[in-house]
Amino acid sequence: MTDFFLGHYAYFGIITLLIIGLYGMIFKKNLAKKLIGMTIFQVSIIMFYVASAVKWSGTVPVLDPLAGAADAAKYISPLQHCLMLTAIVVGVATSGVAFSLLIAIYRHYKTLDESVLMDRMKSS
Amino acid sequence: MIIYNSPALVPLLLLATAISIPVLAIKKTKLAYPLAVGASLFSVILSSYNIFRVWKSGPLTYHFGGWIPPIGIEYVLDPLSAFIALVINIVAFFVLWHASGVQEREIPGKSVPYYSLVLLFLCGANGIIMTGDLFNLYVFLEIFSLAGYGLIGIGEKQAPVAAFRYLIMGTVGASFYLLGLGFLYIVTGSLNMADIKNILPLIDSNPAVEAALSLMVIGIGIKMAIFPLHGWLPDAYTYAPSTTSSLIAPIGTKVAAYAIIRLLFFVFDVKFVSRTLPITDLIAWLAAIGILYGSVMAMAQKEMKRMLAYSSVAQIGYIGLGIGMANPLGFIGAVLHILNHAFMKGTLFLVAANLRKNSGHSDISRLDASYRKKLPWSMAAFTLAALSMIGLPPTAGFFSKWYLALGAIDRGNWVFLAVILVSSLLNAVYFFRILEKVYLVPPPAPKAGEDLSPKAKKRRGSLIGEEEYGLMIPCVILSFSLLLLGLGNANIVKGIIQRIIPLGM
Amino acid sequence: MLKYKFNPIILLVSRVVSPFIMIFALYVIFHGHYSPGGGFQGGTMFAAALLLIRLAAGFDIAQLQFKKILGTPLGSVGVLIYFGTGFLAMLSGGEFLNYHFLPFAGFKADELRSLGILMVEIGVGLAVLAILVAIYDDLLEGYPHD
Repeated sequence: MTDFFLGHYAYFGIITLLIIGLYGMIFKKNLAKKLIGMTIFQVSIIMFYVASAVKWSGTVPVLDPLAGAADAAKYISPLQHCLMLTAIVVGVATSGVAFSLLIAIYRHYKTLDESVLMDRMKSS
Repeated sequence: MIIYNSPALVPLLLLATAISIPVLAIKKTKLAYPLAVGASLFSVILSSYNIFRVWKSGPLTYHFGGWIPPIGIEYVLDPLSAFIALVINIVAFFVLWHASGVQEREIPGKSVPYYSLVLLFLCGANGIIMTGDLFNLYVFLEIFSLAGYGLIGIGEKQAPVAAFRYLIMGTVGASFYLLGLGFLYIVTGSLNMADIKNILPLIDSNPAVEAALSLMVIGIGIKMAIFPLHGWLPDAYTYAPSTTSSLIAPIGTKVAAYAIIRLLFFVFDVKFVSRTLPITDLIAWLAAIGILYGSVMAMAQKEMKRMLAYSSVAQIGYIGLGIGMANPLGFIGAVLHILNHAFMKGTLFLVAANLRKNSGHSDISRLDASYRKKLPWSMAAFTLAALSMIGLPPTAGFFSKWYLALGAIDRGNWVFLAVILVSSLLNAVYFFRILEKVYLVPPPAPKAGEDLSPKAKKRRGSLIGEEEYGLMIPCVILSFSLLLLGLGNANIVKGIIQRIIPLGM
Repeated sequence: MLKYKFNPIILLVSRVVSPFIMIFALYVIFHGHYSPGGGFQGGTMFAAALLLIRLAAGFDIAQLQFKKILGTPLGSVGVLIYFGTGFLAMLSGGEFLNYHFLPFAGFKADELRSLGILMVEIGVGLAVLAILVAIYDDLLEGYPHD
C-alpha cells in the first residue's frame, strides 16, 4: 500500500488540486472566485500530463551528440509538453473571455456576488 | 490542389476568412457580413463536393504537414463526417442569410467581431467533424466553445450571466475530456483514432481505459446537454441574440453528439461500450428521462425561445436514445435525427427571430391571429416544422422516430418505445398551443382611436402579405426542405447512413 | 477606479527595463527550437513589456508606444502569417504546413523545415502579443482615463 502511494504521489497531489478547484467552482459565491477555481482545475490537468512524461534519469529532449545518438530511453517524452503548451494557451483564452464577461456583468448589475445577482436578475 | 486537399479545405477556409475580417473591415465595417456569407456559401459548395467524392470513391485521409499518422495529425473524410459537415454548413448558410435583417436591432455596431466569431464557431464545428486525431478534437472543441461563449455574451442584460454559466460548465466538460484523453494516451501511447482502435483490443481489462471512457463521455456529454448535464442550455438559448440562438441551437449540440458517436463506436469497440462497461445503457436511460423532462418543462414555459430551448433538451434525448441502443436501427435513427433536428430547430428559432423583429417580443401568451396576418409565411413555416417535430408523416421527423421505435422493439425494451410515443404526444401539446393561438384566437378589439388597419398595402412585399423578404425566405426554404427530406429519406438511409454503421453492431 | 498618481521611481525603472524585456522576449521567440521558449512564451513576455508601460505611465502616455486600435488587427496579421506559411506550402504542391515544399531557394532540406517553423513562431508571437495587450485595453474600456 505504501509502495503504491510512494510510487504515485504526484498523481495524488494532482487529484487533490483538482478537487480543490472543483470545490471552488461549486461552493464559492463570488463569480470571480468561481473563475479562480476553474483556473486551478485546468492547471491540475496540465500538471497531470507533465507528470506522466517523466522517466528515470531522463534529460531535456534536445538531441545532444555527447549523450548518445537518439536513444529514446535517455530523454523525457516531449509530446505531453507540446500538448500542454496548447492547453495553456486555451486556458489563457478562456480566462480572457471569462474576465470580459465578468466586466459586462458588473457594469450592468453592479455586483459579482451570486445571490445578490440572482435577486437583481429576478427584479429587473 | 482543391481535389488533393479537400478534407482540410473547409475548416481552413473558414479560419482564413475569420481572421481576415478584422483586417479587411477596419475602415468599412459593412464588409464583414458579405465576407461571412460568402465564406459560408463556399463551404456549402465544398462540403457537397466532398460528399459527392466520398460517395464515388470511398473514404479519404489527409495528413497535415506530410507526417504519416500516428506521428502526424490526419483528417478523415468518410461518409459519416462528410454527411454531417454538409448538414451543418447548409443550416449555417441559411441562418447567416437571415442574419442581415436582424443585425441592426440586436447587435448594433458590433458586426465585425460578431461575424468573426460566427466564422470561428463554424471553423471549430467543421474541424471537430473532420478530424481523426483525439487531441485535435479537443483543440477544435475549445475553439468552437470559446466562440460560442462570445457569441452568447454579446447580447444584453442577462446574456453575460448565461454565457458565464455556460463557460464554467463547458470548460469543466472539456477539461474532463482532456483528463480522459491523458489516461488513454498513457495506456495506448497514441492519439490517432484509427491507431487506438487497433491497439485497444490488445490491452487486457485496464481500469485506466474504463476511467478514460467515462471521463471522455461525461466531458462531451456536458457539451451535448444530455439530461442531468443540460443546466446551461435554457438560459444560454433564451438570452442570446436571435442569430446566435439560431446558429448554436441546430449546430452546437449535434457536433458534440457526432463526437460521442465517433468516440463510442469508432474508437472504442461496440462490445466494450455496451457489455464490458455498459455506458450505452446509462446514456440511453438518462436520455429517456431527459426526453420526458424536456417535454414537460417545455409545456410550462411562457416565452417561445425558452420553450424551444427545453424542446431541444428533449430532442437531444432522442439522439442519445438512438446512440444508447447500440443496434443498427437505433444508430440510423440517431443519425437521421441529427439531420432532421438541425433543420427543424433552425426553422423554429428563425421564426422566433422574425416574431421578435416584427413585434419586439416572443411571448406565447400575447400571440393571437393578428400575428398570422402580419407574418403569414413565417407562421406557415412554423406550422410545418411543428408538425415535423411532433412526428407526422410524410414530414422528416416521423421517419427518425420510426427508426428509433424499431430499434427499441429490436432490443425488446418496451419502456423506450413508450417514452418515444408519450413524448410525441407531449410535443403535440406545446406546439398546438402556439398554433391554436395563432390561427384561432381573434385579436383583441381595438381601443378607441387606435388604428389597426393594415398599412402594408402600399409597401413592398404586400403582394404576398409579409413585409421582409430577407427574413422570410430562409425560414420557408428550411421548412420546405423538411418535406423533401421526409419524402426522400429512404434514399438518404440507403445511400449514406447504411454505409456508416460501425462494425460489430 | 483609482486615479493615476505620478511616481518618479516606478516610471523611471519601467522606462529603463521595458526595452530589455522586449529584447529578451525576442531572444525567447527565436531560440524556441533549442531552449525552453517559442512563439507563445516570447509573445507573452513582449506583451508584459508593453503592459508595464501602460501600468506605470498611465493609459494615455502609453499610446505613444503601442496604440489601442492596433490590437486586434495586428493579432489577425500574426495569425495570417501563420496561415500564409501553411497556405504557401499548400500552393507549392504539398499538404498544409508541409515545410518541405516552401518555395525558397538555396536551403537544404532540414534548414528549410527549420525556416518554416521559425516563420510560424514569429506569426504566433506577434498574434499573442497583440491579443494580450488588446485584452487589457478592452477590460479597461469605459473607465475614465486621465
